[in-house]
Amino acid sequence: MTTRLPLSIAAFTAMIAGSALAQAPATSTWTVPRTPDGTPDLQGVYANATLTPLERPKGLGAKEFYTDQEFAALMKRIQSGIVPEEADLGNAAPQDVRYDLSLYGFDVTKATLASNKRTSLIVGPEGKVPPMLPEARKRNAERAAKNKGHEFDSYENRPLQERCILMAQERIPMLPGAADNNLLQIVEGQGYVVLLHEMDHSTRVIPTDGRPHISQKIREYQGDSVGHWEGNTLVVDTTNFTDLSAFRGSGEKLHLVERFSRPDEKTLLYQFTVEDPDTWDKPWSAEIPMAKAKGPVYEWACHEGNLDEFVTILRGARVEEEAGNKAAK
Amino acid sequence: MYRLRKIVLASAIVLAGIPVWSQTPAYRAPRTADGKPNLNGIWQANNSADWNLQGHSAAQGPVYALGAVFSIPPGLSVVEGDEIPYLPAAAAKQKENRANWVKLDPEVKCYLPGVPRATYLPYPFQIIQSRENIMMAYEYAGAVRTINMGAPTKAPADSWMGWSNGHWEGETLVVDVTSQNEDTWFDRAGNFHSEALHVVERYTPRSADILNYEATIEDPKVFSRPWKISMPLYRRVEKDARLLEYKCVEFAEEVLYGSLRKKASK
Repeated sequence: MTTRLPLSIAAFTAMIAGSALAQAPATSTWTVPRTPDGTPDLQGVYANATLTPLERPKGLGAKEFYTDQEFAALMKRIQSGIVPEEADLGNAAPQDVRYDLSLYGFDVTKATLASNKRTSLIVGPEGKVPPMLPEARKRNAERAAKNKGHEFDSYENRPLQERCILMAQERIPMLPGAADNNLLQIVEGQGYVVLLHEMDHSTRVIPTDGRPHISQKIREYQGDSVGHWEGNTLVVDTTNFTDLSAFRGSGEKLHLVERFSRPDEKTLLYQFTVEDPDTWDKPWSAEIPMAKAKGPVYEWACHEGNLDEFVTILRGARVEEEAGNKAAK
Repeated sequence: MYRLRKIVLASAIVLAGIPVWSQTPAYRAPRTADGKPNLNGIWQANNSADWNLQGHSAAQGPVYALGAVFSIPPGLSVVEGDEIPYLPAAAAKQKENRANWVKLDPEVKCYLPGVPRATYLPYPFQIIQSRENIMMAYEYAGAVRTINMGAPTKAPADSWMGWSNGHWEGETLVVDVTSQNEDTWFDRAGNFHSEALHVVERYTPRSADILNYEATIEDPKVFSRPWKISMPLYRRVEKDARLLEYKCVEFAEEVLYGSLRKKASK
């Protein structure tokens, strides 16, 4: 698919030039600094906007990386206003209803990006999410069918995101997908790392002292995260998910391993592997470079501002029913 | 006679609301790697201040079906002098708030609690100290704030948890909180404030596992003078203590949206 895109070429060029990973890989002597406690210092505010699609475009087969020449050519095509299948422009892509993206800072092409030469965020020769197991397809289809025709019956029938319980940008693993409210702040204290998602002030306080997970009887939308350091990399292991916090159709056996490191001063490299024996026949992994961003992270209070909007959705449905009942009489 | 005088004096001190710890010798806390008093840990108040900052008797809870469960526990005042100096119009509003507590309290709706209420809600919170800032993560509603420990900065906008600038005064972490919106309360007794609220908090280690917490509350639109609350905060010393997920939105939805459920068809 090829589309014309009305974007600012100058802004785009600036963005590509400014992206750390678009340049030659590190021959620099930069090493990650240490906190006073002696742990690698990953602290800062980072944004995960990207132009790289999650799954690899079909035509590229098992090719994981662009060569320098191919990458330059791809960027040139994008700069000339063509959006190839290879680039995922999120909100900046053509859509039926267009907001003035520049006004609200939603335009991914104007965001600070840590671009990379990967052909997809998912790593490995296949470059896509493994097929869902038949029982997982059945489970997800049944859940969807159960809600069909009842979408507006009650708050319980609405998606978690609409209810401000679990927003897209706070879900883990953290997949890019929005160019707004996608900041992550990392703070390190003695024996803990805090990951604060801008979206809905979602905060994970992760112990790094090697303690085990909490009892499997306790289930959490965001799961239970414990961490440890491997060299300069923070490794975070998360289990204890609920069956409602499905990640791409996963169940409550979802097991997530995330790795955070800083390949250079401007970049946080985020890598994750997910497995769920009830959903996929094998684990799969992705890699997302995040760009250092300017703070502070503002407070995002979703539920506190949701009353009017949410009431309107349900009341609208009740009013329609009322009208339908009257017409039937 | 001497003994009687001593008792009278002791009562006078209690009545004046002078916290007990003002008489305890100074304690020097262990240090962080960068030399600051080490307040890292999971902390929790152990009182009924969230029911009412002022002294209160035990009372029937709002849900009769629950019997003695979730009745209102009695509690001593955490307010210095046990008097909240409301301006006349504000005093009337507090009474109204209290009468309509279940309908109006932002905690019933699972809204962010603001400061100082976040501190003494009946849930733990965790202090995480880094060199540049101190995070306070609260179990209730996943509330959080980042306290800037560098040169003080101005809030970019009002918010539920406000804008916190901190500094050290000897052993004490002093946090200046401004730019809170007017929608949070202090407790379930309808004590409230306006958007002009200014809170200065003081966290002072008293021993390895106890912090003294004080908050001076100033709001010229609601109170005739600044007033102060104080209470100890206790370390959660259980092995493996940690914050758990308490996303309370789903517990507030029936209250907020239940009336809009589809009626069962006849």
